[in-house]
Amino acid sequence: MEDGVIRFGKNIVAKEELLCSGHRACQGCGSALIIRLSLKALGKDTIVCTPAGCWSGVGSMYPDTAWQVPWMQTLFENSSAVAAGIESGFRVLMEKGRVPKRHINCLALAGDGATNDIGVAALSGVLERGDDIVYICMDNEAYMNTGIQRSSATPYGAATTTSPAGKVIPGQTTWKKDMPAIVAAHDVPYVATASPSHPFDMMNKVKKAGEVKGPGYVHVLSPCPTGWRFPPELTIEIGRLAVETGVFPLYEVENGHYKLNVDRAQLKPVVEYLKPQGRFRHLSEEQIERIQDRVNKKYADLKARVTGQAA
Amino acid sequence: MSKRVALEGSFAAAEAARMADVDVIAAYPITPQSHIIERLADFVANGELHAAYMPVESEHSAMSACWGASGAGARTFTATASQGFFLMHEVLYFVSGMRLPVVMTVANRAVGPPTNIWGDYSDAMTARDTGWIQLFAANNQEIFDFVLSGFRFGEDPDVLLPVMVHLDGFTLSHVVEPVVLPEQEEVDSFLPKYHHPYAYDPDRPMSYGIVMNPDTYAEVKKAQDVSLRESKEVIVRVWKEFGDKFGRYYSPIDGYRTEGARTLLMSTGCLSETAKVAIDRKRDQGEDVGLLTLHLWRPFPFEELYEAVKDADTLIVFDRAISLGGPGGPIISEIKSALFDKRRDIKFAGLVGGLCGRNLTVEQFEEIVDRGREIAERGSSQVLETIGIRG
Amino acid sequence: MAEKKAKSILKPDWQDCRFGNIFTEAGSSRHYRTGDWRSDRPVVDKEKCNKCGLCWLYCPDSAMKTLEDGYYEPDLFYCKGCGICAKVCARKAIAMIEEGA
Repeated sequence: MEDGVIRFGKNIVAKEELLCSGHRACQGCGSALIIRLSLKALGKDTIVCTPAGCWSGVGSMYPDTAWQVPWMQTLFENSSAVAAGIESGFRVLMEKGRVPKRHINCLALAGDGATNDIGVAALSGVLERGDDIVYICMDNEAYMNTGIQRSSATPYGAATTTSPAGKVIPGQTTWKKDMPAIVAAHDVPYVATASPSHPFDMMNKVKKAGEVKGPGYVHVLSPCPTGWRFPPELTIEIGRLAVETGVFPLYEVENGHYKLNVDRAQLKPVVEYLKPQGRFRHLSEEQIERIQDRVNKKYADLKARVTGQAA
Repeated sequence: MSKRVALEGSFAAAEAARMADVDVIAAYPITPQSHIIERLADFVANGELHAAYMPVESEHSAMSACWGASGAGARTFTATASQGFFLMHEVLYFVSGMRLPVVMTVANRAVGPPTNIWGDYSDAMTARDTGWIQLFAANNQEIFDFVLSGFRFGEDPDVLLPVMVHLDGFTLSHVVEPVVLPEQEEVDSFLPKYHHPYAYDPDRPMSYGIVMNPDTYAEVKKAQDVSLRESKEVIVRVWKEFGDKFGRYYSPIDGYRTEGARTLLMSTGCLSETAKVAIDRKRDQGEDVGLLTLHLWRPFPFEELYEAVKDADTLIVFDRAISLGGPGGPIISEIKSALFDKRRDIKFAGLVGGLCGRNLTVEQFEEIVDRGREIAERGSSQVLETIGIRG
Repeated sequence: MAEKKAKSILKPDWQDCRFGNIFTEAGSSRHYRTGDWRSDRPVVDKEKCNKCGLCWLYCPDSAMKTLEDGYYEPDLFYCKGCGICAKVCARKAIAMIEEGA
């Protein structure tokens, strides 16, 4: 523990807290940890744009703000576009010698609803134009802030308030939208998936996303005790299980080249991931089987993609 | 030496943005503004303008990117019309609420359905409450002058508010008129560099747009309202300076042959020039009627209005916009409301016409004056009196 | 005096809100005691602790203080009692004790 950092083996983590304590996130909030560690990875020269979501109010309710970096509330669908505008503005001002040249991370920090649904067009535009921003999607798999409504990131079978576990329709009927694949299809320099349960992997990825020239996208699984209905101390454990069962594989796509960061010879059965979560409590054997088949297939596809590509 | 060139309205707008050395342009094409952003793309591609050109995927993103750029401290410009203007609607409030002096030209176009591309002000009228400074140009010279002076008063440290310059779709945007362009040095001495006191800066971290509750929201909104109203003083002062420097003076409401006129016709936009010819004819026939051209729409020019109507007993207002189910055309509704406490004695008449680019002739403007007088005198059975609409 | 100041921040007059949507004091949430939320409190057993720092790393509220001697101590002003630190500790050196017990 010296010179403002803490060392974890070869991993060096800055001590400075750019997301201050006193924020109103739930006990055990996955996204609070994601933000805290991501800002350590990016550093203080970061401007944050947050759309509607938990972090519209949790970190910024007058007169309290938990942000120790410039932070702004954007509209629901446009944090990517606002961040791109900031980057363009600074770039021209630096080119014209009006502000000193420096690297500033323009970060859009959005939930799954803002990313997958309402903001997907603006995000696609940013990706296609190659705007030099960092985009972190904190995926807690529903519109949590407004009361746990389903989004296109809600997994099959999950109970939310708008896909309730009813007698006739038991939970979400569609599969989770594969947002990292959609982003990768735009041929951007860097796409990655991450989880706070694997913090050094996550921080390295966020750092890489900040360093690339062009869009850097990190899709982070954000276990949510309140919405997924599990005790708050299990946040990290649930994240780990998501990776170990293959439900949420950790991989990177660097200039189109796929790399699987965490793999195991035998994936744990998905039921180990589903069981501790109240949102899956109602699942039938048949639904669980369907989920297992889907996970097996998608994981195999990912592995085939990794091994099948040129070195 | 300033030079006199022939420019269509779109190119006049683009030229003003170029001479103002804008830093960021984020825009999406829509008829009839596309020529504005095409000309700007030419400037950037040919190295005549050093700016980031962001060809965004929707108008919502256009205004969003402008928000980010302006907040970073970059001079920002965009253009849109009608449907695109509506798509960016929610973003307009954030740009004004965050006190960001973005300048936007709106090539006014009718609201669909029916699907259309031609001009009227129905789009502009939906943005009355957005907190933007709003101007209406009546010719291409005014387009150039309002965009240029718009950067100046929008960025003034006592203002820091965004500016919309409305211009008639097609009848100004695509029509070539003579425009006097100043020298670049003159523009540079008139327009200082943009500096925002709260620009995003990692060395001065702040939080922008934090949640406020019922206890605090209203005070912030009232302060915003006061700031917008107070900007009129700066606009008037800047226009005086503009006139001294470039020789063209503007005021929130410009009068034409209003001396001793007891009947006044109010118009806005390019049809005001047709109205001027009608006023000339009326005057030749000995009628004491004059024209008021409304230039400043927001903040609403109360004092200038009271002054303009001080000798009048009849005020006829021509609206080139329709407000469905409302208490009349948008402009006449507001004019009546503004004068209610000061001049109960004035008789009013409002006529709506010219929608979706339908032209009005000099004769029709004479008819507006004649029918207007009758309506003002005897009242009307209809809330919405119209001109040139069949049936 | 402090009370009067607090009142004016929570209920400002409009004249103080000219740039009301821009809040200039970064990190002002630091004054807010989220420690009032918890029902369980983490207690570190220094005998078992090997100073690995994972409890500090995984806390969503940055509520683990770093001590001079290299050990870590929960910051009870902020700690919400979520129990993540106890769960991730490889040495099982942190126990969650009920408040008031």
